[in-house]
Amino acid sequence: MSTDAGTAAAGGEPAPDAPGSAGTPGTPPDDRTHHWWRLITIWVVLSVILDLLYYFLVGPHVPPGTMTSTAGGAQFDFNVLLVIALPVLLGVWIYMLYAIIVWRASRGGSDPVGGEKARGNLAIQTGWIITTTVIVLFLAGFGTYELVQPEGAGSGQGPIPIWTPTSHTVLPIQVIGQQWKFTYRYPTFGGFETNQLVVPDHTTIAFHVTSLDVVHSFWAYQLGVKADANPALDNVAFTTPQQTGTFIVRCAELCGIWHGAMYNSGQVVPPGQFVVWAHVTERLLRRNTALLPPFAWTYVPDANGADGGYYPDNVDPYSKVQTYGAPGSGTPTGSPTSSSKLGTSR
Amino acid sequence: MSRPWRLTTAIGLFLLAVVGIVFVVIALVSEPETVDYTTNHQPGQAVNVTLQTVGSFGSGDHPTWVSYLVENPGGGWVHTTLFTVPANTRVNMTILNYDSGSPLRNQQLGQVTGTYGRLALLNGHPFRVIDSNNPNGNGVAHTFSIPTLGISVPLYGNNGNANLCSAAPCTLSSPHKIIRFSFTSPSTAGSYPWQCFVPCGLGFLYGNGGPMQTLGYMDGFMKVAST
Repeated sequence: MSTDAGTAAAGGEPAPDAPGSAGTPGTPPDDRTHHWWRLITIWVVLSVILDLLYYFLVGPHVPPGTMTSTAGGAQFDFNVLLVIALPVLLGVWIYMLYAIIVWRASRGGSDPVGGEKARGNLAIQTGWIITTTVIVLFLAGFGTYELVQPEGAGSGQGPIPIWTPTSHTVLPIQVIGQQWKFTYRYPTFGGFETNQLVVPDHTTIAFHVTSLDVVHSFWAYQLGVKADANPALDNVAFTTPQQTGTFIVRCAELCGIWHGAMYNSGQVVPPGQFVVWAHVTERLLRRNTALLPPFAWTYVPDANGADGGYYPDNVDPYSKVQTYGAPGSGTPTGSPTSSSKLGTSR
Repeated sequence: MSRPWRLTTAIGLFLLAVVGIVFVVIALVSEPETVDYTTNHQPGQAVNVTLQTVGSFGSGDHPTWVSYLVENPGGGWVHTTLFTVPANTRVNMTILNYDSGSPLRNQQLGQVTGTYGRLALLNGHPFRVIDSNNPNGNGVAHTFSIPTLGISVPLYGNNGNANLCSAAPCTLSSPHKIIRFSFTSPSTAGSYPWQCFVPCGLGFLYGNGGPMQTLGYMDGFMKVAST
């Protein structure tokens, strides 16, 4: 910045109207101040206008919306970042345009070259370093805080979440990824497993995301939830719906030939409607639910199963872990009880 | 090396590279043949689609790979998994399964979904669920699933100790199971991916590679054409 500010005429003599030439012979002492005040005024006015326009006109429509607490949190974060970034962007553009218009070389005049001030301006450098440091440190702190609040930002927090709900009405839903679809298991409703994802409004949901084969990523876009689905890992993500409606679920991890087709839609419905749906589905699927393995927080792909053995048949690489599809493997530790229909998740 | 020789060598290598690139591009963009069930189709008339599954194709680039085949309207078997049906039309599917079965990795896929009455017929007997873990059963060999349409039907396996067909196309003289079901094709034209959900890629990690990732074997498109 100081380079342009210190533009001087050829031969080392400061240009008569160049900023940064204050104090030099033949230049009014307040010329630099004049330019800076004008620049700062333009910048502040435009920044305030643009920030307000953005925040109130565009902000409410920024993805992923406000369907859930975590989606709303993500939208707020995006808006804060943009409100901070817009003045920085404006500052660069305004200065550039101002320099082009006001300090351009005159036709037939001498070429502008850097003068004494082009070699450094301690005040500008210090101001720049302090400002950018404050912005970056603030964003680091803000970002770290927002990763935890609200509700872990809807991201997968692993099997031992940092953020845990204080509510006693948390609905656990297991998300099972497999090539190439997601299925959903409701442990507090008899453990039925279905292709449909239906969640109640105004209820904290604990998504327990896992996989039966490769790594997938459960991305419920409008819910503001995104969690990797790893085999043998219970990746927990929380959210609380704030409005009813339809949302899209996609796989966000390249996982094979039909990765692009690995999507479906889900619904946020009123709690009463959800309970009815859950009971009807539980009854509808009861025959197959009885054939499912006992509910577990993770399932390890049976390396020997389905004629797809990679390991030798006499080796069970996961002998200590529940194997999905293996009959008689017993109830694993941590299975939720079915006594509470909207019980705690763990 | 003389200048003409150097020039000739350079041009030759260049042409070789061009041929190689063209070959790779053609290989990447080409797809198996599509069997068309829309020819001579009359509005309101059902379409009959017949597939078969075989435990090993028996010839070609991947003779050991498990595969689906599609029967064309003329009665011939085509090594493909692409077929076209008219939109908003009843599709009567017949699948001849010549492969053995095993427990499902996810018994959720043991259910029939998305078909008329949530039913399918196994050798003429209706069923809704197959218990793939039943020690007295043959397990599930494959599934025919179109996830975006919610359609999934498990294909009951043959006894693994039987003298199963190992080279496609298989004939009805080999041990087989006949699975029938019906559904309505979507009203929106487009290509709908379908697949087998049983990880049956023998020799690949968790059975998910090879034929499970290849068009013409265990993945395909049901193309829906406007009527």
